[in-house]
Amino acid sequence: MKNKKKFNLETLSARFFSAFVYVFLYAPILIVILFSFNTSRRNITFEGFTVSWYGEMVRNSGLLESFVNTLVVASCSTAIAVVIGTLTAIAMFRYKFKGKGVIDSLLYIPVVIPEIVLGISLLASFAIASVPLGRISLVIAHATFSIPFVVFTVRARLSGYDRSIEEAAMDLGANRIQVLTGITIPIIFPGIVSGAVLAFTLSIDDFIISFFTTGASSITFPLKVMESVRSGIRPDVYALSSIIMLATFIIVIISQSAAYRSKKSGKD
Amino acid sequence: MVSFFKNPNFRKKTVPLFAMISPVTAWLFLLIAVPLIYILIISFCSTNESHNIVFDFTLRNYARLFDSTILGIYTNSLIVAVLTTVVCVLIAYPFGYIMASTTPFRKALMMIFLMLPFWTNSLIRLYSWRVLLGRNGYVNDFLIYIGLIDAPIEMMFTRGAVILGMVYTLLPFMVLPIHTVIDKLDNSLIEASKDLGAGFWKTFRYITLPLTAPGIFAGSIMVFIPSLGFFFVSDLMGGGNNQIIGNVISRQFKEAYNWPFGAALSIMLIAITLICVKLYTKSGGKLDELGTV
Repeated sequence: MKNKKKFNLETLSARFFSAFVYVFLYAPILIVILFSFNTSRRNITFEGFTVSWYGEMVRNSGLLESFVNTLVVASCSTAIAVVIGTLTAIAMFRYKFKGKGVIDSLLYIPVVIPEIVLGISLLASFAIASVPLGRISLVIAHATFSIPFVVFTVRARLSGYDRSIEEAAMDLGANRIQVLTGITIPIIFPGIVSGAVLAFTLSIDDFIISFFTTGASSITFPLKVMESVRSGIRPDVYALSSIIMLATFIIVIISQSAAYRSKKSGKD
Repeated sequence: MVSFFKNPNFRKKTVPLFAMISPVTAWLFLLIAVPLIYILIISFCSTNESHNIVFDFTLRNYARLFDSTILGIYTNSLIVAVLTTVVCVLIAYPFGYIMASTTPFRKALMMIFLMLPFWTNSLIRLYSWRVLLGRNGYVNDFLIYIGLIDAPIEMMFTRGAVILGMVYTLLPFMVLPIHTVIDKLDNSLIEASKDLGAGFWKTFRYITLPLTAPGIFAGSIMVFIPSLGFFFVSDLMGGGNNQIIGNVISRQFKEAYNWPFGAALSIMLIAITLICVKLYTKSGGKLDELGTV
């Protein structure tokens, strides 16, 4: 801070640059919200203000159905991923066993290979196993890419875990199940929650893997959006998107501010 | 074998371990390992007239990778992926630096608002770029208003638009690892370098950049590899004129029903991925850093 003038220039350019990045990130979102109030059905230029699309959205049964389906698929796949992923993370933290390295590398595959490769390989295996493409295949596919993310977030939480608490509980007569449900899971619970949130959001937003692993009977919201691109996206799709965005923003801001406060109080 | 069951370790370790690890083992083998092996197998097969897979052995699918149209798409895809990665680094590096040097509260705020868009529908956000970049879009209006151009220029459905869409979708995956390494950077090294008389650029070139290179490498992998496969970005922003590898693969599986050829294209994509990841781990990068979203 010797050179006050230079310091100011630095902050100013930093502010300007960050503002530029956030305009880039948020301009399309503002467009989505603005155009959900557009009177023009073709949605190329803004012609006038109306809230009628929010009513139209409720009457568009195909749109609502796809949205409900998205939520159902995300809930089911998240539940599966949380159970399997948490057990895996605990087992891999506790035990050394043969094949641990193999499981570890298999877990990294969905994270690093392009989604399209996972999508087509799941499509091909559903075909040979004659699993019909629909809600079930979609849930299985989403759970497959979610499991590793749950394992990683829970494992990160376990890294500072003191196993002597478990031993103390065992010495006091607790059995294995009691230790798991009464001690281990409550301690790693924040990790499980963040893993679940991640799995849920990945599932809701997924387009590529859903594109290959579902059929006409189980369309999700991103697929519906892609389907309506050809005829031009109508403002009612923008209206539903705006509501989803608003809900996501509120949930994220509440959970993040809670996380920030607990982190801050933990440091004091 | 009998002593195996009497082993005190059996009840204490083997039973709970087996109960905890068998679901994931079965899942990963049946839904990741087996499918990928199946893709490898069918990449050597052919199809009959009714698009069914015929299990013979042929290298024709791999030979087709060298068709001029396919090579053209590969070239376009690699150009898009490389430029996307470069643009992401150029934006993410200063951004990560700014994030690392501000107060903890502002840092948290910057992080939330960086990640927020990526938790909402990416297709609709990409689609609305049409309103901004179209012939009658706001960007053209603005450029005409300030007098930079006289008539609207075509921005949508170009390679530039595809790259913009890729950067828009993938930017946080570059910012996160770069920010992490800059945050961990030992400031005393930079001060030592400055005390010894090195200027800003010299310090950056010999101290900051080498120490933050692992973050750039990790981010580059997380941007470069997806941008070869994100066919919806090229569909929405390129409008069919700027195809990438992902478009060709998707077409083989959903329209042309030539799964063996699509499989061969996917095996090439896996090969590119494995080479990138191998280079990354060889240079001392940790796989863990790639899993943080």
